[in-house]
Amino acid sequence: MATRIFQFLIIFILWLLLTWSLAPQEVIVGVALALLLSIMLYDVFLQGSEKLVQPARYFWFLLYLPVFFYYVVRANLDVAYRVLHPEMPIRPGIVKVRTSLKSDMAKTFLANSITLTPGTLTVDIIGDHLYIHWINIVTEDPQEETEVIVKRFEVFLRRIFE
Amino acid sequence: MSETIGMVIISIGVAFDLFGCIGLVRLPDIYNRLQGATKCVTLGTCLILVGVLVHSGGAMGIKALLCAIFVLLSSPTGAHALARGAHRSGVKLWKGSVMDKYAEDQEGKLDQ
Repeated sequence: MATRIFQFLIIFILWLLLTWSLAPQEVIVGVALALLLSIMLYDVFLQGSEKLVQPARYFWFLLYLPVFFYYVVRANLDVAYRVLHPEMPIRPGIVKVRTSLKSDMAKTFLANSITLTPGTLTVDIIGDHLYIHWINIVTEDPQEETEVIVKRFEVFLRRIFE
Repeated sequence: MSETIGMVIISIGVAFDLFGCIGLVRLPDIYNRLQGATKCVTLGTCLILVGVLVHSGGAMGIKALLCAIFVLLSSPTGAHALARGAHRSGVKLWKGSVMDKYAEDQEGKLDQ
């Protein structure tokens, strides 16, 4: 039940922010839509809602944001450099790395973070393994690849989502 | 003042979008092109939306910020789906590629 109420509130607040108006007709449609969506999406959305009320997770999330944005900016300069360089210094391939994260939410965020950061694009997640397209492979040892690609986010994501 | 800063941020965003598009044209295969398209275009679009926030503020700014968050969440997911779909329907990697562990494992079938 708590999960449903959380879900309803999140969708409703999003609706209010997006319409940015408190006119009765907007609010009524918002309530109706939020109710409908929270009933429809019950199975796919927000498993383990008790995690939402643990402040330590938000603290780690705030710490994670600057690290994440630092890597996003670096990724962009890296891609811009490779694209604008006359000889295009790329050495692409798909590598396989292992993650120690368990929950789906954490894996999703890990995959998205990897996609947005330097030279890597998640192709598939199967069990504990991530298949990652890497634009410039620097090593062929799976251990080192895991070290380079996954470890810098795992530390944070484990504390936020698990 | 905030208008000028907003415009500068929007210009940087447009520049990153441009790099992304150049990457889309120059890079050799779909996987590399997705790299250019997701990274540069995501940051570029987010910067444009943040620029709108600084430039206009208020209700418009909040909406722009929400859109930036949605782009940040959905664009890597979309790229992931495209890459996976392309590989499963048999699109080969560029001939200069070093390795393809995904094909070696037959798209994960050997990994169960």
